[in-house]
Amino acid sequence: MDFQLLQTYNYAFLDEGSKREIRRAALKAVAIPGYQVPFASRELPIGRGWGTGGLQLTLSLIGDGDCLKVIDQGHDDSVNAVSIKKLVQTCTRITTTTDSEQATIIQTRHRIPEVPLRKDQILVLQVPEPEPLRRVEPREKETKRLHAEMDYSSIWLRLYEDIVRWGKITIGPDYPAMANHRYIFNPSPIPRFDLPKLNRAAGLYLFGAGREKKIYAIPPYTDVTPLAFEDYPFETEHFEGCACRLCGSRDTFLDEIYDERTGEKVYQCSDTGNCRKRQEGRHSDE
Amino acid sequence: MGYVAVTGGQAAIETANSLTQWYRLKDSDRSLKVEDIEHQMRQLINRVMGEGGLYAPEYAAIAVKQAEGDPAEAAFLLRAYRSTLARNYYSETIKPEKMRVIRRISSSFKDIPGGQILGPTYDYTHRLLNFDLRDEDHRDALNQILDRLSIDPKHKSEKLTFQKVTDLLRAQGLVGNPDPQEQEPFDMTRQKLTFPASRSARLQALSRGETGAMTALAYSSLRGYGAVHPTIGELRVGYAEVAIAYPYDEKESLYIGEMMLTEVETINSFTLNDDGAITFRLGYGLVFGQNETKAIAMAILEQSLETKGKSPTQDEEFVLLHIDSVEANGFVSHLKLPHYITFQSKLDVLRQSQKISVEKKKNETRDFKGQEV
Amino acid sequence: MSDLTDRPILNVRDLNKRFGRGCVHCRKPEDLPGLSNRCPYCGSVWACIHVSFDLYEGEILGIVGESGSGKSTLVRSLYFDAPVTSGTGEIASFKEGKANIFTESAQQKRYIKNYLMGMVYQNPWLGLKMDFSSGGNIAEKLIAAGNFNVHQIRQRASKLLDHVEIPLTRMDEKPVHFSGGMQQRVQISKALANNPSILLLDEVTTGLDLSVQARVLDLIRRIQRESHTAMIVVSHDLGVIRMLSDRTIVMKQGRFVESGLTDQILEDPHHPYTQLLVQSLL
Repeated sequence: MDFQLLQTYNYAFLDEGSKREIRRAALKAVAIPGYQVPFASRELPIGRGWGTGGLQLTLSLIGDGDCLKVIDQGHDDSVNAVSIKKLVQTCTRITTTTDSEQATIIQTRHRIPEVPLRKDQILVLQVPEPEPLRRVEPREKETKRLHAEMDYSSIWLRLYEDIVRWGKITIGPDYPAMANHRYIFNPSPIPRFDLPKLNRAAGLYLFGAGREKKIYAIPPYTDVTPLAFEDYPFETEHFEGCACRLCGSRDTFLDEIYDERTGEKVYQCSDTGNCRKRQEGRHSDE
Repeated sequence: MGYVAVTGGQAAIETANSLTQWYRLKDSDRSLKVEDIEHQMRQLINRVMGEGGLYAPEYAAIAVKQAEGDPAEAAFLLRAYRSTLARNYYSETIKPEKMRVIRRISSSFKDIPGGQILGPTYDYTHRLLNFDLRDEDHRDALNQILDRLSIDPKHKSEKLTFQKVTDLLRAQGLVGNPDPQEQEPFDMTRQKLTFPASRSARLQALSRGETGAMTALAYSSLRGYGAVHPTIGELRVGYAEVAIAYPYDEKESLYIGEMMLTEVETINSFTLNDDGAITFRLGYGLVFGQNETKAIAMAILEQSLETKGKSPTQDEEFVLLHIDSVEANGFVSHLKLPHYITFQSKLDVLRQSQKISVEKKKNETRDFKGQEV
Repeated sequence: MSDLTDRPILNVRDLNKRFGRGCVHCRKPEDLPGLSNRCPYCGSVWACIHVSFDLYEGEILGIVGESGSGKSTLVRSLYFDAPVTSGTGEIASFKEGKANIFTESAQQKRYIKNYLMGMVYQNPWLGLKMDFSSGGNIAEKLIAAGNFNVHQIRQRASKLLDHVEIPLTRMDEKPVHFSGGMQQRVQISKALANNPSILLLDEVTTGLDLSVQARVLDLIRRIQRESHTAMIVVSHDLGVIRMLSDRTIVMKQGRFVESGLTDQILEDPHHPYTQLLVQSLL
């Protein structure tokens, strides 16, 4: 279906009124870090739950001169990332890249790139479930009240029960954290490894949940504190003794892969753009 | 390996898209005419327009063709198209009582003024596969039908309008619903649904709901997981005029076309009333096209949400957030996306917990629960 | 009992609570025709009518009456479970006793519920989260009070559970598996988690076996002796009131009909309704 989206549809797909509304919601989100701003999410040509929240933010923010990078699981070539990137490209005049340092906007699902964000960059995260309290309360009316009153003992209780039962907190990805000592938020299903990158970061992090119709933000230099007890501190994923088989990195998030021929467990960087750069750097050093 | 580790996602996607087109056409010698879909797949078109929230039979037909007949996918296509359109006007309130009726029935009263009009319905057909349809000749079939109906297609039939059955009840003071209020409705394409939802928001969400999901929920209420078991006061199908306020003179209105609607008003037991009033309460359903089951389900769910209780259909968030075809289909199908990172993270937690559990068993004496307390 | 000239730790004035929408005939409780607290025109019920009382440090105040008298509504209103229609309430240790607790923000009300007041319901499902461990139920209160150290939380929780005679081996079990008496004791320990100065007890022994009742009542007495927590005990059972309370208020159809020292009320009831109650006890 390669008809010219740019001619058939408005620049960046959405009509200008919709884009403006989404930018307003994003501004409000920046003003209240971690607070979920409701917005009238539009249906997009990709599936609900497939990154429509992030895509609406990207489409509303993007303009000529922007350079876009889209990743899924850290990969530029993941099919959904490619599909999203192509859609944005066909209805705008922007350029794209796989190098996170070249990008002005990076849309991502499940990872934050390894290279720290600069202050002139925006990271847009796709969010499946924006409500951290959904783990303990299914009703929106109720979770809204809990946030308003900062009544967070129920989620803490859930963490306490985890420790009693399993000896540690069992939340893997999408680990809840406190923004600016006020709102508990879901950082989207990034690994715990990526969560500290949000704390007092230089760049702007925007979170879009299309199906749940919420936008929230972690603006630059905001305190982000993962929920943890004093004597059971927050821990990231463990990769002790493992290194990327391609670039040799020991300080990046690694994918666990089973070698097709030998059946052996090997590791390689999940951030493929960064890994490729490191491999190139290594070759030129040699 | 998975479909991420390999590069060349772009090529893979393009191939997949071409294959979809190939599978759509490869076994036939001609392409379906959009016009035929629009006029001969009436029920599917009605359903897709309703769930897509856009009254556009021709576009719905294109969507159905493109989606190879999957109503969820077709409704999704319509919705995605609709989000690119600016909203220029809100129509004036549609008047179903002035509807050009093609079908209207009441299961509450045998004799209703104007009489019961069955119109086009499957209700009384025997569900026997009609093998004659295999080689149906359009003109022959049409002529036979016209003969049977003794209609002259050139003769223009009179316009049928009827007073609404529930207006009769209302006139006798038997109906307790509050009077309608003229106010600009909630617009769920422009505002996020929040809870508690206004009545206008609820009705809109229900009207766009997925037919199957709504039927299932309404069925659960009838079967016992809920309180609502109504009688149908009136079900009518027909064409209603749509008008907008004339931009240069608010008092004038501008006719912009007509749309086919199904309207259902159900009559509910007065014992459901919270305020102790001894009057019937009406349930209301209004949907695009002829989609009677959905309209009835809407009326049931709408009233169910007005009552208090613990059954699923009395929970506003449960009903309204889970009946949307586009959202439900999107989120369930998103599980097909890679979840390698989250799975890796969960794996890590599992391994750590296993380790802790093994250590715990080793040192039963220094059991966690036995900490110095 | 404290000197009555002391300032009360809780004073409630003119508390009114109406259930139902109300109509021209029952806008105020005074408008109601006759003695009933139910409006014959719209069916609204005034469950509490001009209720005023003081609670002093370390005392147990009993409120007795038949079911429907409004006594449970009264304690639940005090614990903000249902908003009052009108009235004032002041707690000495909250904003120097100068704020009406009923008109405070939701956050302030939650603060009062976490730190200043504890509540034990007749139905343990209202007071406990049955899907969480007993220790977790207490932990919730401690966390709300700002304790984020699992070890310390567990130390405090075990002390509280020990106090109400729950074996420590059952600390990590869910109260849903406990007997009724045990559930009540867990509820009491949860209510006491943050050393509140006021404890509200709503028919806490109703529905329990007699021997279990006695044990719970003993426990309440012991807590009152040791911690000097002021308590409001609501019961339809004069036996419970006699055993626990220093002072007693008799309630009927939303109104206080008689109040005084418990012994005095039981031995020399003045109001005919109280006489009836006492007779039925004997």
